[in-house]
This record gives sequence, structure tokens and C-alpha cells, in this order.
Amino acid sequence: MITIKDIEKGFIDKTVIDGVSSTFETGKCNLIIGASGSGKTVLMKCLVGLITPDAGQISYDGEDFTSMDEKQKKIMRRKIGMLFQGSALFDSMDVAQNVMFPLHMFSNMTLGEKRKRVEEVLDRVNLNGAHKKFPAEISGGMKKRVGIARAIVLNPQYLFCDEPNSGLDPQTSLVIDKLIKEITEEFNITTVVNTHDMNSVMEIGDRIMYMYQGKKEWEGSNKEIIFNNSDKLNGFIFASEFLKDAKDMRMLEIKGKIDNNRDMEELLK
Amino acid sequence: MNIFTRLGEFLLMLKGMFTKPENWRMYWKELMHQCVELGIGSMGIVAIISVFIGAVSTVQTSYQFVSSIIPRSVIAQIVRDSVILEFAPTITCVVLAGVVGSKISSELGNMRVSEQIDALEIMGINTKAYLVLPKIVAGIIMVPFLVVLAMVLGIWGGRFVGDISNILPHELYDKGLHDTFVPYNVTFALIKSYTFAFIITAIPAYFGYNVKGGALEIGRASTTAVVTSCIIILLADYVLAQVLL
Repeated sequence: MITIKDIEKGFIDKTVIDGVSSTFETGKCNLIIGASGSGKTVLMKCLVGLITPDAGQISYDGEDFTSMDEKQKKIMRRKIGMLFQGSALFDSMDVAQNVMFPLHMFSNMTLGEKRKRVEEVLDRVNLNGAHKKFPAEISGGMKKRVGIARAIVLNPQYLFCDEPNSGLDPQTSLVIDKLIKEITEEFNITTVVNTHDMNSVMEIGDRIMYMYQGKKEWEGSNKEIIFNNSDKLNGFIFASEFLKDAKDMRMLEIKGKIDNNRDMEELLK
Repeated sequence: MNIFTRLGEFLLMLKGMFTKPENWRMYWKELMHQCVELGIGSMGIVAIISVFIGAVSTVQTSYQFVSSIIPRSVIAQIVRDSVILEFAPTITCVVLAGVVGSKISSELGNMRVSEQIDALEIMGINTKAYLVLPKIVAGIIMVPFLVVLAMVLGIWGGRFVGDISNILPHELYDKGLHDTFVPYNVTFALIKSYTFAFIITAIPAYFGYNVKGGALEIGRASTTAVVTSCIIILLADYVLAQVLL
């Protein structure tokens, strides 16, 4: 479980995060959503220690991350896996080498054991047969899966995903979302996902935090989000007429005013 | 950003490199990789430049020799000292600043922009130690070798051209090489090469490591790194000559 308390961060004269507090639960997909510039990427960078917050506290299972020195942070980071927006794969290494890199750096396994572990994680993300391919030779979706494989190869306790669906088609996005959800539950890790993909929100959002101009505007689950009363959140999530209609239909379904098993073809006639 | 801020950042980067490696074997592997990339990869260009510098030195020195009182073997002495004292260390390092410097700067810049450096940091790796230090150490190991290679090939280039263009026969050239040879000149050239090696690796590493933005900024950083390295090499060349000669 990750707990953040009154996190503040500013750059020169601009406050980017303004007193954000929340709890990211273990075994669940915790989503941070918000428009571009709302501060969600900065918040995630604060969480993993790439940026030091101006004020506030970040605790990993009770351990205060903000007061740790560099050496302690380095040890803590070995429990963290992260999937970057652009995957951040090492260009000069093939897929297998990318995934094996953390093992080479931090494990005492033999080469055979490392190969077996790489095989396991690549199998877990459905990437068999791509071992020898270089990042430039694989698709965006495959890159994300390699990124996930690299992030989980050391069995992390915490997984961070920065916009895992950016640049992917809706179908591949669903595959990545499903994979993140499955891994979170299978390994009982604390997953924090930064996204503005509404499919992800509805599919995997066990806990959702909506940020608006650096502040936490709303918090709840994907079941609660549809009934939220925040105009800002509704304006963000249900931005198009299509999504507004979809929301209305969904609410009517939930309230039992529309048959869940309605025959759409019959209705269209 | 003013020059003092940059200098401060540069010194902090250097300070940040010295921590205990997470895994010695991986650092050693990276060092060897960099030695091959920076050293072996630059041998071709260094060889070509050195041979031609030596050859042109012989031709031009001969051209300026109008007096018959001075023995022709002096041409070899002038070529030898010019190559050892100036051409091999300075010209080679100015060329390497372009070849190696732009490579280091763009490689690190690209890693920064594509979040590869962040990915390493998240893993708990000291990126200054893992990415920058091996490049500087590899430069300090390999550049003096390249400079010695440049000295040998430069002098040989002069000898070869002196022979084939009938400027002076190689027997006379060899005699000139041995006359009034000062071994300290080689020491001086090696001191210069170590200094320049640090400059042509550390400065581009600084500019590349601190890139902010995208592809345009990577290009800018490379250009700035090469220009700054060249200027500092020339400045250091003058200072070392004043102090050590």
C-alpha cells in the first residue's frame, strides 16, 4: 500500500501539485486520471522519487520514502517496476536483453536461471518468439508488453504505469489494460496507473483519483464514477456526446429502466 | 543559464559519478564496450588524418627551406617535433571532439529524452556512474593510445612522402628523427592527451545528460558540446604549453 499525504510540488512560480493526499491499495489498480497539465505525471514522478516533492509525505507500506537518503531510496526502488509512456526500452539491446538487464544488475542468478526467468515473463506478457528483435523492429503494443515484462522481472511489490495506452489502438489498449489488471491480482502488487483513457478507467479502475489543476478533485471506484456529481470530472470523462449518451444508457441500465439483455437489432427496427 | 550554473551542474555531475557500483561486472562490461566504441571505432579516422598531416608537414617544411646551408635532415626534425608536440595530440583530439563528442552527447541526449535514463534510475541504478563514468574512463584509457598512434603514423607519413616525392631520402629522414630528440616532448604530448581525453568525453556527456526537450534539443546539445569541447581543448593547449614547456 502506498500512502501520500499533502504532497506539494511547484516549478519556479507555478504550483503543479497542491496538497494531494490519497492511498493506493495493494492488489488493486489505482488510477490517476486528469487532463494534460493536471499534474498526474509530476505526481507519479514524485511517487517513484524522480522528483522530490516540496512538501508532504510518501509512504510505501509504512516506510517513509520522502525522508530516506539516496542509498535507502535505491534499495526501495528495487521493489518498484515502472512502465513508461514511450516504453523506454534500451535501443541497443534486443527484447530478451532488455528484460534480462535488471537481472544482470541486481540478481545473483546463473545465466541459465536468468534465461528461464526471462522466458517466464515474456511468456506471461504473450511475447514468445520476439526475444531477438530490437525495439525498432517491434510494434508499439509489443514495446509496452516488453516494458511490462522488464518492470515485473524482479518481482516488484509496486508497479507504476505512465499512460500505458498512449499511441495504441483501442483493441491493443484493452490487451495492455487486461495484462496490467491480471498481473496486479496475480502477484498482489500495488499498481498505480496514470491515464486519460476512459476505457481503462471503466475496465481496470479499482480506485480512481481525478486530478484537476494540481488538486485532487474526486476519488472513488469505476462503479462510483458514473454517479459522480463533479461537473469537472463529468466534463473530463464524458467529453463527447457519444460518451454522454453511453453514460445515460448505462445509468438507465443500472437503475433497471432498460433491459440489460435488450436486443439491439430489435430496437433498431 | 549562466556559465557558473553550468559549471556547478558539471561539477555535481562529476561528483555524482563516484559511488559504489551496483554490479562491478556490468560496469566493467560497459567500460569495455565504451573502450571499443570510442577507441577502436576512432582508429580509422585518426590514422587517415595523421598520415596526411605528416605528409603535408614534410612537403610544406621543404617548401619553406630556401637556404642550402641548413641540412635537409632538419626537415625530419621539424616534422617530428610538430607532430609530437602539436599535431598528434591537439588535431587528433579536436577531430575526436567532433567524432566522439557528438556521439556521446547524442547518445545520452536520446536516452534522456526517451526516458531510458529515468528507467535506469527507477531500477535503482546511479546513471551518472553507469552511463557517464565509463565513457570518461574509456576516453582517458583510449585517447592516449590514439595519440601515440597518430604520432607514429604522422612521422611515417612524412617519411613516406619525403621518399616518394624526392624531398629527402628515408635514410636522411631517419637520421633527422634521431637528431636532438627530446623524450620530454612525448611526455608533454601524453599529458595533453590525458587532459584532452577528459575534455572530449566529460563535456559532451554533461550536455547530453542534461538535455531537456526533444530531437531539436539533442541536435543543439551535440553542436554545443562539440564547439565547447574544441574551444576548451585549444585553451587547455595554450595553458599546458605555457606551464609545461
